[in-house]
Amino acid sequence: MGKKHLSSVHVAHYKNTAGCATEVMPIPDIVKISMSQHIGAPCQPLVAKGDYVKVGQKIGDTEAFVSAPIHSSVSGTVKGIEQARSAAGGYDTLVVIEPDKKQEISEEVVVPEEPKDLAEFVKEVRKSGLVGLGGASFPTSIKFNPKNIDDVHYLVVNAAECEPFITSDHRCMLEDTEDLIRGCQLIMKYDNLDKGYICIEDNKPDAIEHLNKVLKEKGITNIETFSLQARYPKGAERVLVYEVFGKVMNAGVLPADMGCILDNVTTVTKVGHYFRTGVPLIAKRMTVDGDAVAEPKNIIAPIGTLVHDVIGFCGGYKQEPRKILMGGPMMGRAIPSDEMPIVKNNNAILAFSKEKSLVKEETACINCGRCHEACPFNLIPTALADAYERNDAQALFDLDVNQCMNCGSCSYVCPAHRPLGFMNTLGKTVVKEAGIK
Amino acid sequence: MAKYNDNLIVSSSPHLVTALDTQKTMLIVMACLLPSLVVSTVVFGFRVILLTAVSIAACMFFEWGWNALLKRRQTVSDCSAALTGMLLAFNVPAGLPIWTLLVGDFAAIIVVKQLFGGIGKNLVNPAITARIILFISFATEMTTWPAPKYVADATSTATPLGVLAEGSIADLPSNMQMFLGNIGGSFGEVSAVALLVGGLFLIWKKIISPIIPCCFIGTVFAFALIYYAVTGQGDPLQMAIFHVLAGGVMLGAFFMATDYVTSPLLAKGKVVFGIGCGLMTMVIRLWGQYPEGVSFSILLMNCLTPLINDFFQKRMYGGKKK
Repeated sequence: MGKKHLSSVHVAHYKNTAGCATEVMPIPDIVKISMSQHIGAPCQPLVAKGDYVKVGQKIGDTEAFVSAPIHSSVSGTVKGIEQARSAAGGYDTLVVIEPDKKQEISEEVVVPEEPKDLAEFVKEVRKSGLVGLGGASFPTSIKFNPKNIDDVHYLVVNAAECEPFITSDHRCMLEDTEDLIRGCQLIMKYDNLDKGYICIEDNKPDAIEHLNKVLKEKGITNIETFSLQARYPKGAERVLVYEVFGKVMNAGVLPADMGCILDNVTTVTKVGHYFRTGVPLIAKRMTVDGDAVAEPKNIIAPIGTLVHDVIGFCGGYKQEPRKILMGGPMMGRAIPSDEMPIVKNNNAILAFSKEKSLVKEETACINCGRCHEACPFNLIPTALADAYERNDAQALFDLDVNQCMNCGSCSYVCPAHRPLGFMNTLGKTVVKEAGIK
Repeated sequence: MAKYNDNLIVSSSPHLVTALDTQKTMLIVMACLLPSLVVSTVVFGFRVILLTAVSIAACMFFEWGWNALLKRRQTVSDCSAALTGMLLAFNVPAGLPIWTLLVGDFAAIIVVKQLFGGIGKNLVNPAITARIILFISFATEMTTWPAPKYVADATSTATPLGVLAEGSIADLPSNMQMFLGNIGGSFGEVSAVALLVGGLFLIWKKIISPIIPCCFIGTVFAFALIYYAVTGQGDPLQMAIFHVLAGGVMLGAFFMATDYVTSPLLAKGKVVFGIGCGLMTMVIRLWGQYPEGVSFSILLMNCLTPLINDFFQKRMYGGKKK
């Protein structure tokens, strides 16, 4: 095999909230629950204006294969169904609920019976509404049901958390250890896996130590922690597979084809949580940080809470925010409004002041090659950007633009501040439109 | 609590970028040239500082003037013109008339850099090319070498490579003198130790990759070692060290051949580039018309850079086999 590690960049960690124990946010005055919180077909609302809903009640679902149902995070009255701008730029259907703050639990919430086989397990996981909580929000039930189940032997739990600022996965490992291990064991039992790896960056030694201790106490030998370099982007799926197994994973290939089931640590923990309590995914742990937030901390917020209310719970704005991110600073989305609701895969809300928000002026490329040295996949971002600027679809394709996972390492290191990663995203559409395959 | 729903900045990720920019890169390189400037001032006097200052100012003026004239975005503040000015000054004798140096600055910034599209677009290294233009156009001025202060009773002297070209190995200065810089020559090139300090700092700071300097200097050393062992003139090891310390090898290998814009992007290309520079330098020194060949070798390899870049396509992770 080639080199031991793929290229990566050192990004300052800013893990300011690593020591902040999670606080549970009180129920806000209004929640807006999006009907498209996963990759795939959006859900149809199952409730109408005026209905009374309870905690954990299913309020959205669809027949489509790639999907996950959506549950109410509060008890209260449906005020209406509205269309609103989404963080991705399109429009989402939102179910607006005014909570009565009694938090009455729905009759639908029952502790699931122990599944007899994989098919029942997968069915239960779908009922929990789980999606990949690392960011991609791919419905988890599909991941647990690979076509080549006999070739899949490993569980890889992604707890790298390589994004700066975010510490929610870190807190999850420390605070919900039991659920995490239960989740691992369930997945390994039903998918008949031999070995589980919990992959953690070495900037979280307390989490590694804690997990090792608990695993030892319980006498579990088929689950291990796996220490990763604390460099960006070790938590990217294809990078992680290489780090753990030393195998090259092509773009468009599923982890199952590489012989493993790969899931985010919070997802796995929620699996354990669901089979213990029967409560579907209705609340999410997230890091609230950034220099515009008065009291950065880790919180658990009901899904559908407005960003505005989340920041209000964290002491409000310390100074005027100019940029608010859903997710980390490397791959997170800048949102146009703080009245957008929290969705399932939010692991951070970051608000930055003017000085931290301004986009630096782009200057000419000086051919320094740093983008190429930073790219985990050995792409040549400067050549890709030139090809994009020429609108040269064939050159983009030949330079493997479709391998880019948009981790942003190239844009991060560029001394000319060129938006290289973004140009690759645009470059992919150029290739697609030209129909080159 | 006020709400924010119309004035937030929405930009593409990543939302963090490194603090290093073009300007800082150029300033670090200039700082790494300072040890050499200090030694040159000691060896040749304060005229060295005057020439450097004039050259930097002139290059910045030409860059500013061109952008102002063509109503382009100002690029003076990226300091790349200042670096060009500094490098060009380092490549001339301490006694060069100022107007001659100004001709070189004009050639470097306007002809070699801006006519090809400005920063990042020039094909060849502006400082090297301007040096060659001066060298050919003003042969007398460019080869009148003031004597170092600490060599007795002389107003002008020959460079060690000039002495070698005359065929008298016995008259060469000692390698220790060469290493420290108490010799004649272009004023920025004389002190190998000062350039080495600056160059190693650049490598340590990851501003430049060590590949080009290592391949360049290694090739010069190996070539000289073999040549003198085969021909039997002088002590091969001493002569190999002499060739590494003499002329523009140190300045060229660390500061000129590593120019981002005009050197290959990928590691394999850099190896070829460095070896090519070393070979050309030694061929010109040993068999060519001129005693020194560093500038010509870098210029030639600059011209080959696009070809080298095309030749070495990198295998992508997970990409198709080519």
